Amino acid sequence: MVSSLILAPIAVLVIVNLPALRWPKKLAYPSALFLFAAQTLLAVFSPKALIYAGETSFLSLKIRADALSVLSLASIGLVLFVVALSGRVFFRDRQVRPDFASLLLVALAGMNAAVLATDLFSLYVFIEVVAITSYLLIAFDKKSPAMAAAFQYLALSALATTLLLGGVAIAILSAGTTSLDGIYAASQRTGSSGLLTHLALALFGAGLLIKSGLVPFHGWLPAAYSKAPAPVSVLLAGIVTKISGVYMLFRVVLSAFGFQPWFREVLLLFGAISIVAGAVAAIGENDFKKMLAYSSISQVGYIVVGLGCATPIALAGAAFHFFNHAVFKALLFVNAASIENRASTTDMRELGGLSERMPFTGATCVVGLLSAAGIPPLAGFWSKLMILGGLWYAGYHGYAIVALGGSLLTLGYFLIMQKKVFFGKIKDGLGGLGEVGRTLCISQALLASVTIASGIFFPWVLQTLVLPIGTLMVK
Amino acid sequence: MGSANTRPAYRDAHGKIDMDTLLVLALLLASVWTVSTARLLRSVIGLGLTSAVLAAALFRLEAPLAGVFELSVCAALVSVIFVMTVAVTQRLTKDDLSARQRQMLKRSWPIPLLVAVVAVVIFRHRTPANPFFATGISTDVRSMLWNERQLDLVGEMLVLLAGAFATVMLFKEAKK
Amino acid sequence: MTGILSSSFFWLYAFGALALVAIGAFAMLVAMNLVRLLIAIEMLIKGVTLFLALAGLASGNRGLAQSAIVTLIVIEVVLMIVANGLVLGLFRQRGTISTQLLNEVKE
Repeated sequence: MVSSLILAPIAVLVIVNLPALRWPKKLAYPSALFLFAAQTLLAVFSPKALIYAGETSFLSLKIRADALSVLSLASIGLVLFVVALSGRVFFRDRQVRPDFASLLLVALAGMNAAVLATDLFSLYVFIEVVAITSYLLIAFDKKSPAMAAAFQYLALSALATTLLLGGVAIAILSAGTTSLDGIYAASQRTGSSGLLTHLALALFGAGLLIKSGLVPFHGWLPAAYSKAPAPVSVLLAGIVTKISGVYMLFRVVLSAFGFQPWFREVLLLFGAISIVAGAVAAIGENDFKKMLAYSSISQVGYIVVGLGCATPIALAGAAFHFFNHAVFKALLFVNAASIENRASTTDMRELGGLSERMPFTGATCVVGLLSAAGIPPLAGFWSKLMILGGLWYAGYHGYAIVALGGSLLTLGYFLIMQKKVFFGKIKDGLGGLGEVGRTLCISQALLASVTIASGIFFPWVLQTLVLPIGTLMVK
Repeated sequence: MGSANTRPAYRDAHGKIDMDTLLVLALLLASVWTVSTARLLRSVIGLGLTSAVLAAALFRLEAPLAGVFELSVCAALVSVIFVMTVAVTQRLTKDDLSARQRQMLKRSWPIPLLVAVVAVVIFRHRTPANPFFATGISTDVRSMLWNERQLDLVGEMLVLLAGAFATVMLFKEAKK
Repeated sequence: MTGILSSSFFWLYAFGALALVAIGAFAMLVAMNLVRLLIAIEMLIKGVTLFLALAGLASGNRGLAQSAIVTLIVIEVVLMIVANGLVLGLFRQRGTISTQLLNEVKE
């Protein structure tokens, strides 16, 4: 049943793109929406049904779904659902909509397979699947800045590819296999003296640091996030960078190489640098989307710092922040999309006083930024608390203080943004604006309510989705 | 044949031509030429040449299936794709490097030569060829591995689907 | 396993693979137009392909390495198709394939 998460999108893809008939194309969008929603609901409300390990019956795929996979599946489904909804608004030409939906389905299959795979090389394969789909989606409108941004992303990803494959090759040398379990066994056997295993982790990890957009490997990120079409920015910031970078870091450390002490230091260091550098860069930005891009770099720093701390509480907090960031960052980018849709600009110097014209967007934007800054009772507060608490109790006082400072900076730049865009006097030319249509309002409402609900119902979320990830550490 | 110290670098301990050193040398020379040659079209041809030499190296490293793929796909198909792009974006004989770059390249040709000489000097004292010959179970049929790596096949299928979309999206406009 | 690492056959090809990667990385940095950048990326991938084959041979895993290389080549081709498509698209809109285009979106 779990294999259908990979195979169903492919089946739908083939059917709706059959060359002879025309009517199946109309099914592309609705079926995509259905698959995304079904996956999210399944993962959130019956996660235990998805836990699985072994070979599937249909194609004998070797897959494994543990608590981390399930949380990722929920994030993937939710973000893709919202991206699909926003896509309907931004891609008015009905001819291109099926192609957009089809690309989203490829992304779905790729990301699902990525979180279910049990082999280091397979992880690389699906990182590439998601990456190639992203390049196409960024270039979807065929506008020149977007294509240049996609090309830049491609070039840096190629560097990451080289590092990832170098790591795979060395893993073959050291462990004789690329399966995650095999590498785990080998690293347990050789411990801290297994030079080759450490080298494999170093190379593969370096590739993942690039894919995660951590400072100083983040060169591709601001351009890609800000120049992509609005729905695609939601996709990139909401889930793609997290799955191809951050989830992979979780996976190789948890299930393959283990929490090697030196690698933990690397994660802590680059995570902390990203928290601060991302926040500082966000403060100076005038473009809304670019500011959100730098903010994403900062938030991913939190997740990585939690991972580097490597205690169950910090790990669970990092995973929960993974989910929360998907939700509130997607929300903020949908807000940006709404503003772009109405005001045709995302330059904050040209915006102002929008709260009376676009009350819904303004309100959900406040929810998003409060969750991002870690204000109770929203979800972001809990995940940041767990990460900070984990850091403090593990003895990483310095890193905890840095993380706390980052939170304050986050609150700072977001409040500045809110003031610039939504409060104050309405700038000339913006007077005639109205709120966005149903579809975008539904998307914003959905994401806002998820981040509110997962904050208020935190005990339930903790029990069903988050704590099982912490226990994964105690293998 | 003489003692090891006077043996030419390209001959191994048994006096046979040392394929491996020659291959690696050829590979390095081809790749350096590819990235440093002035004309873009020559660079593309160089890429195909490098792929061909790599295919030979893959055969030598007992990866014949990979070698066949590398030769037929990379040396041929990828080169064709590049030639197409170059043909559209520039006139084929145009020189795309500025005068200053050409000068820089002219001055830096000793570097690859130096690299090649260093490689040869390092590997002058070679042990007889391939110590990894036929190690047991790995000589298994490649298809058995295809039975074990279906997830990768699914990945390839997804990549090809994306490629189909790419072709339609990015290349179609020409007719308008 | 340690016996392998002292064999000069291994280090010869390892040097070759590393050199390819270095040549590709260097070419990527100095590339003045997008096609040269793509050719440099191809060099990187070739280096890593060689290294994978070598690792497979040295660890007795030739089948695994070949399967990985074949998959990698499929990915590489589609990547080049997409990349060349982007170059063509940029050329159609901007009339140039200079790497200056990338600097414009960087700031």
